Amino acid sequence: MVKNVSVVEKIHSANDQLAAEIRQRLDSVSVFSINIMASPGAGKTSLIERTLQELTPLHEIAVIDGDVATSIDADRAAIAGATAVQINTGGQCHIDANMLRLAINELDLENFDLLLVENVGNLICPASFKLGTHKNILIASIPEGDDKPYKYPAMYQDVDALIINKIDLLPYVDFDMAYFKKGVQLLNPDLVTFPLSCRTGEGIQAWITWLTGLINNPKTA
Amino acid sequence: MHELAITEQIAKIAIKHGEKNKASQITDLYLVIGELSTVIDDSVQFYWDLITENTLCEGSKLHFKRIPAVFRCLDCSKEYHLVQGELTPCPHCKSSKMDILQGKEFHLDSINIL
Ligand SMILES: Nc1nc2c(ncn2[C@@H]2O[C@H](COP(=O)(O)OP(=O)(O)OP(=O)(O)O)[C@@H](O)[C@H]2O)c(=O)[nH]1
Ligand SMILES: [Mg+2]
Ligand SMILES: [Zn+2]
Repeated sequence: MVKNVSVVEKIHSANDQLAAEIRQRLDSVSVFSINIMASPGAGKTSLIERTLQELTPLHEIAVIDGDVATSIDADRAAIAGATAVQINTGGQCHIDANMLRLAINELDLENFDLLLVENVGNLICPASFKLGTHKNILIASIPEGDDKPYKYPAMYQDVDALIINKIDLLPYVDFDMAYFKKGVQLLNPDLVTFPLSCRTGEGIQAWITWLTGLINNPKTA
Repeated sequence: MHELAITEQIAKIAIKHGEKNKASQITDLYLVIGELSTVIDDSVQFYWDLITENTLCEGSKLHFKRIPAVFRCLDCSKEYHLVQGELTPCPHCKSSKMDILQGKEFHLDSINIL
């Protein structure tokens, strides 16, 4: 006889549980952490390099890089002065909390005060896998086009800060900043936004100031 | 590859509840998926059949109950929906301030067992 059994359990509950444990672990050793998400090539590694350039003299920084296969990005972070760990997701299009947990195990966490996580380049999947990081950052880049908030609402809804990278390219592409920002405003009103260029360095300082404020006092913002 | 990760999580939850209820087989799974949550289409059944071989879920069927997104305008209090999958300002008063009333659901509601 067929019997119907009520379940009512969130599909992501196991991942969410692990994410909560990661957060506890980070808090217990006072490591501030951010999860950087973006489409492929938006400038995640470039932003990490810029951030390291500004902050390695002041902070002890670890970088965890998620990639489908190579270790190119972790190598770039290491060259820029961080302790870097590579996660190869083996084809998965996102980092999940379990992968991050394993990567964190390879670090002597108490030696750091900032952890930067580069998620896999993708605008869909990382949105639904929480990692337990303190802030979730999205990078949009000018060449991707101004319609992304409308097409990937889930990603824009849940982030804590938005970086608009490659503003040095604004003169060369059709990117309607007003249309873009209107979409962002719909999904995430008052989202803190940093237009910048990792190439020229324009706008980087505002981002660094915001981040530094959080490292020193995570309860603000 | 997203579907693979998702189906693995669904299988874990279903098998846990199947075992708890001493099921000899799980025949059907009823999932609730909001329009704003994960993108999932009928291709997951394909992954599902692969990963559930030799488990309690072998041969089972996935059923989706899709929940449309509903927004409530914070200025005029009227409700509205996505237009062709895209979010728009309030069609009544053009305000962009809204609450999401529903559409973010993503859970396993129930299973049928033998
Ligand atoms: N013009 C311009 N190019 C940039 C800027 N920032 C990054 N780039 C270039 O964009 C390309 C991709 O940058 P990455 O930092 O590797 O991007 P990513 O998001 O880490 O890419 P994946 O990890 O492969 O998804 C590189 O060629 C960078 O030099 C910018 O501000 N302006
Ligand atoms: Mg990269
Ligand atoms: Zn209205």
